[in-house]
Amino acid sequence: MAVLEIKNIHKTFLPNTHVLRGIDFSLERGESVAVIGSSGSGKTTLLRCINFLETPDEGQILVNGETIFDAKDPETQKESEIRKKRLHFGLVFQSFNLFPQYTALKNVMLAGELLAKERPDYKQKKKQIVADIEKKAREILTRVGLAEKMDLYPHQLSGGQQQRVAIARALAMEPDILCFDEPTSALDPELTGEVLRVIRGLAEQKTTMIIVTHEMAFARDVADRVIFMDEGVIVEQGRAVDVIEHPQQERTRQFLSRYTEQ
Amino acid sequence: MFWSVTLSLLEGFWMTIKLFLLTLAFSLPIGLVLGLGSMSRFKPLKAVIDVIVWIIRGTPLMLQLIVIYYGPGLILNLPNFWGSGSSGRFVATLVAFVINYSCYFSVIYRGGIEAIPRGQYEAGQVLGMTKSQIFFKVILLQVLKRIVPPMSNEIITLVKDTSLARIIACYEIIWNAQAYIKSHGLIWPLFYTGVYYLVFCGILTLFFGWLERKMDYFRV
Repeated sequence: MAVLEIKNIHKTFLPNTHVLRGIDFSLERGESVAVIGSSGSGKTTLLRCINFLETPDEGQILVNGETIFDAKDPETQKESEIRKKRLHFGLVFQSFNLFPQYTALKNVMLAGELLAKERPDYKQKKKQIVADIEKKAREILTRVGLAEKMDLYPHQLSGGQQQRVAIARALAMEPDILCFDEPTSALDPELTGEVLRVIRGLAEQKTTMIIVTHEMAFARDVADRVIFMDEGVIVEQGRAVDVIEHPQQERTRQFLSRYTEQ
Repeated sequence: MFWSVTLSLLEGFWMTIKLFLLTLAFSLPIGLVLGLGSMSRFKPLKAVIDVIVWIIRGTPLMLQLIVIYYGPGLILNLPNFWGSGSSGRFVATLVAFVINYSCYFSVIYRGGIEAIPRGQYEAGQVLGMTKSQIFFKVILLQVLKRIVPPMSNEIITLVKDTSLARIIACYEIIWNAQAYIKSHGLIWPLFYTGVYYLVFCGILTLFFGWLERKMDYFRV
């Protein structure tokens, strides 16, 4: 069964920018999908809809077969419910969005600590729970290669390091699906490698991921599947190698040729 | 003579400090409420607050003092509205200062809150944090760090603005010093008041410097 199903998602920004014009796709557990397309094609809006940062005007979103969003059903759009549903997803932003007043470690721990407070046994087992959260945070930061940087504040880290903290922060909540919104677009070219290596590692461990990216070689080598979007619709999708090396649609070819020229 | 002047000025300065502290105690929270209201999506509320802030920032504090003190008697025919004697004048003065400074603070709060990038809220949201957790655990400290410099400016201005209270005969330090001109023909007590203001503002400057250093460990 698909872990994520997106059905007929439409989104219009007032007054009349129709950004998404009916998006359908599904994602299997352990699969990684790269979403490519030029700026303004709706990639980021799609990711924001999946993460409840935008409300689609039409369509449904299903996770593990359960409808978690239906544009026609206001019951699925209650703020209190949305908060829990968000935990199915993790989102890594283009601009990192780390919390500047906390260390790398605390950035990774914060949301987990706050969520743990809602557990009925929190008061009795507080020390143990916090210790577990910290242990897990340290493990994840070590996994993304930041064992030595845990106690530094965001402004003391390079862009690549900050983005790796952001990935660790998303992983700590153990989402079903991890989303990346152009994770390397705000980085200097020499810093993209360290972030892409971490994402590649996650793909090798069969993390379910949606990666919006402009790195074509990376999409081809790391993603299982590639989706090409243009003007709010999915123009073409398929095995990463097939789409990027042998695109079937003219618009995909035009888009990709701009990358190969460079 | 020097000592009796010093003591008399000290007495007046105590009134100054009382006015200063009470103004802060009321206008810091009221300013926050006004600031949040001026960012409200409910347009009529925003419009009302915008007009109030425009009037208060667009007219001199001295004029506001006069209107607030004499207004109820002259316009509303409530001659004893503020109570009698110096305590009544003090209350009127305090009300005028609180209204005035709440408006200035509201603009600072709003600037501080609006300067926080939307990504900070969104990062909290996608991590499953509630709105209040996002505000208290993520946003608030960043807002405080941003508003300390403009706030300290405004608060130091408040120390000196208290001298306007003498226009409605509130017995603060300038009033006490001027009394020596009439009673003894002495002008130096008036100059001497400057020392009190300087010392107090000096202490405030040190305090705000310390506060800024306290939040120096992170960047916004």
